[in-house]
Amino acid sequence: MQKYSVFSLIKNAFSDHMNWEVAWKDPTPKKEYDVIIIGGGGHGLATAYYLAKEHKITNVAIIEKGWIGGGNVGRNTTIIRSNFMYDANGRFNEFGMELWRNLSQELNFNVMFSPRGIINLAHSDAQMNAYARRGNSMRLNGIDAVLLGREEVKKYIPMADFSDDVRFPIFGGLMQPSAGTARHDAVAWGYARQADSMGVDIIQHCEVEGFNITNGKITGVRTSKGEIKAKKVGLCVAGSTNILAEKLNMTLPIETHCLQACVSEPVKPLLDGVVTFGAGHFYISQSDKGEMVMGGDLDGYNSYAQRGNLPTIQHVLTGGLALFPFLSRLKMLRTWGGIMDMSMDGSPIIDKTHIDGLYLNCGWCYGGFKSTPVSGWTFAHTIAQDRPHELNSELSLNRFSTGHLLDEKGIGTKTWIG
Amino acid sequence: MRSQNEFSYGGDASVKRPELNQEVSDKEWDNFVYNRKSLRGKHLELWHHVSGCRQWFKVQRDTTTHEIFKTAKMNEEI
Ligand SMILES: Cc1cc2nc3c(=O)[nH]c(=O)nc-3n(C[C@H](O)[C@H](O)[C@H](O)COP(=O)(O)OP(=O)(O)OC[C@H]3O[C@@H](n4cnc5c(N)ncnc54)[C@H](O)[C@@H]3O)c2cc1C
Repeated sequence: MQKYSVFSLIKNAFSDHMNWEVAWKDPTPKKEYDVIIIGGGGHGLATAYYLAKEHKITNVAIIEKGWIGGGNVGRNTTIIRSNFMYDANGRFNEFGMELWRNLSQELNFNVMFSPRGIINLAHSDAQMNAYARRGNSMRLNGIDAVLLGREEVKKYIPMADFSDDVRFPIFGGLMQPSAGTARHDAVAWGYARQADSMGVDIIQHCEVEGFNITNGKITGVRTSKGEIKAKKVGLCVAGSTNILAEKLNMTLPIETHCLQACVSEPVKPLLDGVVTFGAGHFYISQSDKGEMVMGGDLDGYNSYAQRGNLPTIQHVLTGGLALFPFLSRLKMLRTWGGIMDMSMDGSPIIDKTHIDGLYLNCGWCYGGFKSTPVSGWTFAHTIAQDRPHELNSELSLNRFSTGHLLDEKGIGTKTWIG
Repeated sequence: MRSQNEFSYGGDASVKRPELNQEVSDKEWDNFVYNRKSLRGKHLELWHHVSGCRQWFKVQRDTTTHEIFKTAKMNEEI
């Protein structure tokens, strides 16, 4: 594999950039693989990479119905954080933060990880108390957390509306300084390129339509390009989880919903980190290009449409304007949506299933981009060793029936409420 | 035609609560509380006319195109 560096850039400039090696190949599927990963999003690509790198399993195929990176990994607002209260979620995502910090070097691909911090705004004493508690829980797990007062928040976002006669006056906020954003496409491409170079077959435009199971053991998948045998199969299909579960006769604690986001025209640097305004169903960051990247809640009803409806975007921007009145002067460039695998407690599932050799990675809700490296890392371990790693042992499928939920928000099963 | 903003969603309407005065297995309870088919295509669901007449009702809707096929009162079958 060609190494990307300033020298390779200069060298290729002399040939008008016409001689770059392809970043990944376009192979025809083999008859059989040791492991098939379904879904070429961030999680599937990362899983294949760590299977090859950490577990030396290279007879692996990623099967993607569209093109890699065309799903949620290319549609998200790229917030990366580990500001969780529960130990299981905190430790899992903090290990992920470690992986993020070195990811550009490791993949030899600039994923533009930019840890400029996240602030969750608080609007009452009760919310400040809740954030103090969450911050303390985070710190007990070695995660950085700072409780900011109103004046401190003002230093970070002086352009916010700090007047007292607003519906949600700013009391303060909880900050995770090490949180940030990254370039989502680069994450998919970086993992794909490295996985390919270690022998993983990336098979695009090939849809998994069914499964072959004999005596309770998976033996392969049926695809639009024919049957492919496999000793082990891992599902990383995010918003399509319910569709494949139906083909497996499984009913999962997952519902599929649409989440939208939008960006404004680019402007000069204005907002440093990420700000979430939960009370107003709104969050925002500024991309490296200068666009304001904004989002909010789910559309609010089951959906497989990869685009949303206008009322939600209007709702999101109404909240946005209440916090940042300057937004009224910006033009909107585009809006888009993705379909989310909403788990019933808001936390993901990375586990084995009752079918031998079939593994499940789903339930990412609207927060799976941040977990891309750690999800791939732990899922690869779960598949290679046929048992979960300690980090994902509590992200189990049976936690719903045993009552060991990881309900960070404490809102129960109505995930569409947001 | 009413605005979508007047309505709020109540989830899958095909889910049945297990009988009250009978033994309920963990699996049955799990299915009732957490597990959902979340169908692509025709989906039977509950909606609430929350900023209107405040009635709950059933809707059969396509989860990909949002086309609405049928609506019914809570005590009616679709
Ligand atoms: C608008 C929006 C904003 C978001 N913001 C954030 C954020 O700020 N921070 C954050 O952490 N997360 C965010 N998320 C969530 C995050 O994007 C997802 O949780 C995460 O990307 C899911 O994992 P993935 O990358 O593997 O999914 P995907 O990229 O969706 O990958 C799944 C792949 O499986 C393929 N597939 C499906 N069915 C089949 C089949 N039968 N056969 C073959 N292939 C199949 C799909 O084509 C798809 O490419 C956001 C999501 C959206 C939509």
